[in-house]
Amino acid sequence: MPDKYHIHTTPVPPRLPRIGKYGVVDWREDCAGCHNCVKKACVYDRHRQELEYIRNIKEFNSLFFDCMGCFSCVQNCTKNLLCLTINSEYERLGNSYWNPDIIQSTWMQSETAAVPVSGAGYRGKFAGHGFDSMWTDMSEIVRPTRDGIHGREYISTSVDVGRKLSYLELRGKDPVSTFPKVVSIQMPLIIDMNPPEFTFPRLERFIVETASITDLVAIIDSRKWPLAGEENQGRAMEKHLPHIAFHLHPDAPVPHDVLKKTRLAEIPDSHSVEDHIKELKDIHPGIVILIRVDLDSKGVQRAIELADMDEVEAIHVVADFNGNEIGVENPRFIKDMIREIHSTIIKGGKRDEVTIIAGGGIALPEHMAKAVICGADLVSTYLPLMISLECRLCAECHPGTRCPADLDRVDHKYAVGRMRNLIAAWHLQLIEVMGAMGMREVRRLRGDVGRAMFYEELEEEIFGELFGSRKRA
Amino acid sequence: MESFSVQEKELEDLLPENTMKTRVPQVKVERIIKPAPTRYRNEIAKYIIFRNDDCVRCGKCAEVCPYGVHVLKPGYKYFAMPKSDKCVGASCEKTDHFCVSLCPKGALRMVENPMMKALGDARWPADMILATWKMAETGDLPPEEYEFDYQCGNSGGGFDRLRFKFPENPPNDVDEDEIDTSLLLNRRDDDRPRVRIDVPWYGGGMSFGSVSNVTQLSKVRAATAWNTFSCSGEGGYMERLKPYDDHMITQVATGLFGVREDTIQRVPIVEFKYAQGAKPGLGGHLLGDKNTPAVARMREAVVGIPLFSPFPFHSVYSIEDHFKHLEWIKHVNRRALVSTKVSTPTDVDMVAVGSYFAGTHIVHLDGGYGGTGAAPDIAKKNIAMPIEYAIARVHKFLVAEGARDKVVLIASGGVRTSHDIAKAIALGADGVVVGTAELVALGCVRCTRCESGRGCPRGIATTDPGLITQIDVEWGTQRIINLYNAWRKELVGILKRFGMRSVTELVGRTDLLIHLDFEGK
Repeated sequence: MPDKYHIHTTPVPPRLPRIGKYGVVDWREDCAGCHNCVKKACVYDRHRQELEYIRNIKEFNSLFFDCMGCFSCVQNCTKNLLCLTINSEYERLGNSYWNPDIIQSTWMQSETAAVPVSGAGYRGKFAGHGFDSMWTDMSEIVRPTRDGIHGREYISTSVDVGRKLSYLELRGKDPVSTFPKVVSIQMPLIIDMNPPEFTFPRLERFIVETASITDLVAIIDSRKWPLAGEENQGRAMEKHLPHIAFHLHPDAPVPHDVLKKTRLAEIPDSHSVEDHIKELKDIHPGIVILIRVDLDSKGVQRAIELADMDEVEAIHVVADFNGNEIGVENPRFIKDMIREIHSTIIKGGKRDEVTIIAGGGIALPEHMAKAVICGADLVSTYLPLMISLECRLCAECHPGTRCPADLDRVDHKYAVGRMRNLIAAWHLQLIEVMGAMGMREVRRLRGDVGRAMFYEELEEEIFGELFGSRKRA
Repeated sequence: MESFSVQEKELEDLLPENTMKTRVPQVKVERIIKPAPTRYRNEIAKYIIFRNDDCVRCGKCAEVCPYGVHVLKPGYKYFAMPKSDKCVGASCEKTDHFCVSLCPKGALRMVENPMMKALGDARWPADMILATWKMAETGDLPPEEYEFDYQCGNSGGGFDRLRFKFPENPPNDVDEDEIDTSLLLNRRDDDRPRVRIDVPWYGGGMSFGSVSNVTQLSKVRAATAWNTFSCSGEGGYMERLKPYDDHMITQVATGLFGVREDTIQRVPIVEFKYAQGAKPGLGGHLLGDKNTPAVARMREAVVGIPLFSPFPFHSVYSIEDHFKHLEWIKHVNRRALVSTKVSTPTDVDMVAVGSYFAGTHIVHLDGGYGGTGAAPDIAKKNIAMPIEYAIARVHKFLVAEGARDKVVLIASGGVRTSHDIAKAIALGADGVVVGTAELVALGCVRCTRCESGRGCPRGIATTDPGLITQIDVEWGTQRIINLYNAWRKELVGILKRFGMRSVTELVGRTDLLIHLDFEGK
């Protein structure tokens, strides 16, 4: 069997006290000191640990943040004194999109590199906004589209970035077409640049190393090159250049000898993108150029126009970090914008010739699969990697402001290990979803909306027929 | 009412000699409703009553409270801590027996329990859990004054947005005793027993390993009392289940753990599990910690090693293959009905019809939000459609194909209450399979820790020798018997309000439902 893409991981414990969901177990007065909670009730031994802690207070008490919320101590307390509630610090994590469950799950994956598993069935809402309004398909029997019987090890998550030929020209049996350069990436995932509100010194350096060991590509703002902490290390970063795609800021050109060692580069959208692409190809003919398009009110249309240009190889469309259209009163969500771009380009007959990378709101591994189903070739994201370092998304990464997660003090081994673990867990989960669908290649998943079920469509098709028309809000 | 069990003498003709040799006398469990109070010292309450030091022990509170919240034990000087779980809370404020306002010293205080926020979730809100506990304790519906909002969850879709359109003037000519809630599980005109159960539900498959043997026994004993079924799950067939063979469904799943000819032969229904709602499209997974020596022996596996069931059945790639599967079971057990458990992909209607033509007696749809055991979070939330859609879609397609009257359609995956059962039937199912609700009756708080370490801290979904001692089989059996009784009572109430004499009249009656987000029909 040929070598398969595999990320080697080891656990990387957190630096900070955990913020558990059920963080508060409160003793009201009148404890009888019977130690029932300590000796019997808690199967996780948290109460005994708490007692030991009280005897020897040296550091922050995080023990009860490991409470699993089973209520056993509450219900077995001799005097019915214990009270368990949701930890308010937990509830304050993130925002309405990057909710505490997402953040906690990301922390767990970054620590263990494991797929989050739990019991007792699904606990959440029936459906929700954005990616929560679609379900992916699975197949059990009677599915001619299943890719044959195979194990997980045969599932390919590799994608190609660049222009592909719509057809081959042959002379006799020999192809005479010129094959455009494409860059293969092992997962449909690119690590994007962090905006100023979510960054810290040395972040890019950690990201680049993570991209390198996971065989992915990270987009790095050319203004940040050379990377912090790298000036005195000579050519240490050079080995990572194939895993860097510089976002070429007009005011910060990258030296040609550096650029030539990369495989991808990104340029901001402009009226002269075709000229810009030609200039870059003159410097480095093998490079594949992404064009970054903000998904504002004109973003979707602009992406469609760009796809029609012969020089354009890949378009990176980016919504805001919650996945919403930028600067619009009633924003569309990234999944709907991807579907529009994808289907419109198909109608123009150009879809296979251009790569679409979609970013914004990619918070969980299922978002990666769902965005691909909606029509993206791959996705970009950045916040999950920040969160993997125990960031709480307070969005106050200003110089001089103390970071509650002490991100400016993280060491290299911890940072790269946690980011690597998270990517490994995402990869495993992508394989889970694809295995359920019976898909052997993520490339074939692109735009295959038959592999998904959309909330609005199911409601209309099934309940609409039975109960009339949907009420308007 | 038809009995589903064939007589012993007939069995001798139907079962091979080796299986008859291992057959043990079947145990009868009485369907008696009696109190089964919480097994914990403190039941979680919706409201908490506090008594402060101003209390002069005048006894006024105990005198006025009809619910027994305040207890002064004989020979004791001080009142026991108020039994808050018996307090009906806010609804009492409007009455003439509200202890807090009648206390002459103002020593009592009532507050909403802050733990309500920590208990439950969108699908199983705290009120639903507490009401289920109450039903399991008493065998009756929770008294209205408790104001448990338990008929729907807060998920914002599916069952939680469906309501019944009860007639303003319900027919009053239907006697509750006349209402038939039984369900025939064999509609094929074949030579197999016409198995009939007394209620339109049976217990879901939970393997030994995923749950304790006490949990399994409690489930099947309650099923025996209610003349319905429980399912072994995939982990093999415990010796202790043999006295209940006639109320067991045994499962043949992709891992074939514990599947033997004799286990197939000893039960009236064999279930093929092609997929499951807990993790649609993924195989079963028993974590290594739960693979104890007893589990490993049952599954013929190595202790401590995680056990995976592959996905899908590697012997089934078409309806023809499925047909061969069913024929295999029918050949091994000539009296068995065969159930086909599938999850809910986009083409679930095609799967159901195909399975019918392959010869199944029961099509069991397990929707994407179901499940009781360990599952990857990504699968629970994202893969396969919710059961509410699947029922309606499959029912319609089976009708169109002219097969609806020949096959029994069973739904599961997020069926939590008797109202959910009635809604599932109105959407087109004949009956349902329940799982989580049974575990809640046994004291589950849905902390989701079934999968880790020693397993369930509540002693339900665990094989840890220490933890399983928390539950007594008699108590567990009674809790589930009680829950079933309360459910049946509520189901009968629903049918009565519609003037129906049989639950079969409710099947597919979507005209009796409204969806809160739709209008115009």
